[in-house]
Amino acid sequence: MASGAASGGSANTDTYEEARSWLLLPAWVTLVALSLIPVLLMLVYSFLTKEFRGGVIWEFSLAAYDQFFFDRGLFGDDPATLEWTYITIFWRSIWQAGAATLLSLLIGFPTAYFIATRPETSRPIWVFLVTIPYWVNLLIRTVSMKFLLRDQGPLNDLLIGLGLIDSPLHMVNTNFAVQLGLFYSYLPFMVLPIYAAVERYNFALSEAAADLYASKWTTLRRVLLPSVKPGVIAGCILVFVPSLGAFLAPDLLGGAKNFMIGSLIEEQFKGNAGNWPFGAAASMILLTMVLIILMIFARQQARAEREV
Amino acid sequence: MKKLLSTAATASLLTIMAQTAQADGQVVVYHWFEYIPQELVDKFTAETGIEVVMDTFDSNEAMLASLKAGGMGTYDVSVPGDYMVQIMATEGLLDTIAEGELANKGNIAPEWLDVSYDPGRVHSIPYQWGSTSFMVDTATYDGDIDTTDILFNPPTELSGKINMLDSQGEVLAMAALHLGIPQCSQDREQLKALDAMLQKAKVHWASFNSDTAKEVLVSGDAAVGQIYDGFGAKARAERDTLKYAFPTQGYVVWMDNVVLLKDAPNRENALKFMDFLLEPENIAAVSNYARYGSGLKDVAEFLDPELATLPESNPPATAGAGAFIQVCDEATQAVYDQIWTNVKK
Repeated sequence: MASGAASGGSANTDTYEEARSWLLLPAWVTLVALSLIPVLLMLVYSFLTKEFRGGVIWEFSLAAYDQFFFDRGLFGDDPATLEWTYITIFWRSIWQAGAATLLSLLIGFPTAYFIATRPETSRPIWVFLVTIPYWVNLLIRTVSMKFLLRDQGPLNDLLIGLGLIDSPLHMVNTNFAVQLGLFYSYLPFMVLPIYAAVERYNFALSEAAADLYASKWTTLRRVLLPSVKPGVIAGCILVFVPSLGAFLAPDLLGGAKNFMIGSLIEEQFKGNAGNWPFGAAASMILLTMVLIILMIFARQQARAEREV
Repeated sequence: MKKLLSTAATASLLTIMAQTAQADGQVVVYHWFEYIPQELVDKFTAETGIEVVMDTFDSNEAMLASLKAGGMGTYDVSVPGDYMVQIMATEGLLDTIAEGELANKGNIAPEWLDVSYDPGRVHSIPYQWGSTSFMVDTATYDGDIDTTDILFNPPTELSGKINMLDSQGEVLAMAALHLGIPQCSQDREQLKALDAMLQKAKVHWASFNSDTAKEVLVSGDAAVGQIYDGFGAKARAERDTLKYAFPTQGYVVWMDNVVLLKDAPNRENALKFMDFLLEPENIAAVSNYARYGSGLKDVAEFLDPELATLPESNPPATAGAGAFIQVCDEATQAVYDQIWTNVKK
């Protein structure tokens, strides 16, 4: 920017300076209208009194947060103890999302590395291939996954046909199916940022490391990984965060037997409960958790940069 | 050039006129998914010139939530189930149909004219009715299926192969029938028993699916599944070992109704649409498609003859009584919500 100003002449710069605040307007409108206002609305709703069968009464209340953290028995009049129900639901979701992220990383990193090391002309084709399945609607893909996994489905038929198993593996309505579904839903979000990072990586550094007698493993760990770490972190966040709130895969592949964060919140708005403040409170707690995780990542990255 | 301009002007004028005509002549319907045959919708448009704009929902509760969250004033008519008509009327979401506004009101069968959830039919007309029970794959289990034990205390060959509807109302109503306690009971001992019974029963259940209730049975993913009778008839057509149960403890009866919404933007057209659905020939087309009963007089001659003998809509003599889902008071509903959370936690 500074060099542009020096060479461009002052009149030109002033026009840009003047226009700059206006040019930013669409971004601000989008940010405020589509992101800030809904979140603030949710924050306000979480502190209001619930109206029977959906809706809110404009009276301040902590009932939603109380319900989240304290158990008062079936009839709501026992002495309060710590409520494990919702903590368990949150923990289950975090665990599922974490497993899906790990699976995506294990498959996504080698895939991204492979694509980035192809000749420059063929790379777009590989990226294109990664994105093709994602032209199809997520619901359709999730249902198709269920068709593949079911007891009388093609995967079991194949395994039995090959003589690897005698009776069908029961995969539908298990945690494994949910993780597989989440992994499949969000894999490109892992591949693409890592690919972008590896593509920018200067492979001369790996050669230099090899010249200095570093083993391949050491080169990967001490040279390549630190350089592409921002891409890896971006990929992990992009897979983990949507997995945390997902309810399509848990409902369709997991059989909706247990609430996940997403389905718990959905039930408060679309189910019988009709408890909007509680749904809003659960969303705020989820939002806070995600923010904390992001801040930890950001701080780590800042520290790593300072060390370099 | 001049000619081109005038052509363009005429064209845009025509477009504007067409759009105005369209805006005048539409009715906006909020309907269940996979329920009304498209040919019938087209017939209505052909007869009246009114365009039908349709959005769909997959549960009564989802429909209520979307109307309360700002859907009012958008839709003209909706199709709630029995208990939901009562809830919507209490919430003030329904408009009143004055006597004489519906020319075909006389076609309603006498038993559906005055119903508990809408006394005197001031907000609604019958649409379709049927039952909710469950189906069993007789290839997996050949014992007696006409008992709620199949769902809540199943024989070992069916344990872990049961799909329940993902709907608090349907599951808890059936559970109350199983225990022989009244729905929405306020008795603490009965509510505790209901909670305890469901905790034991849920270990036998494989999944909760409403949208795919038919598909899981047809594919063999589930050997037992809660299902509506018409959906059941369609499932049996695709897998003939499936059998619909009429438990001796009783089963759930429901009726969907077309209601006139408050602040309907096209009230006149909405009434025309309701009158259209009160014609025996038209409602028979819905019954023939959806395989449910109609609630009108003189429908028989238009019905697919097979419907009269459907095992899913003809309970055997041993069947218990059919019961509508009850609307609980706020305190009991809070306990029901807690019990449901316990089932799915």
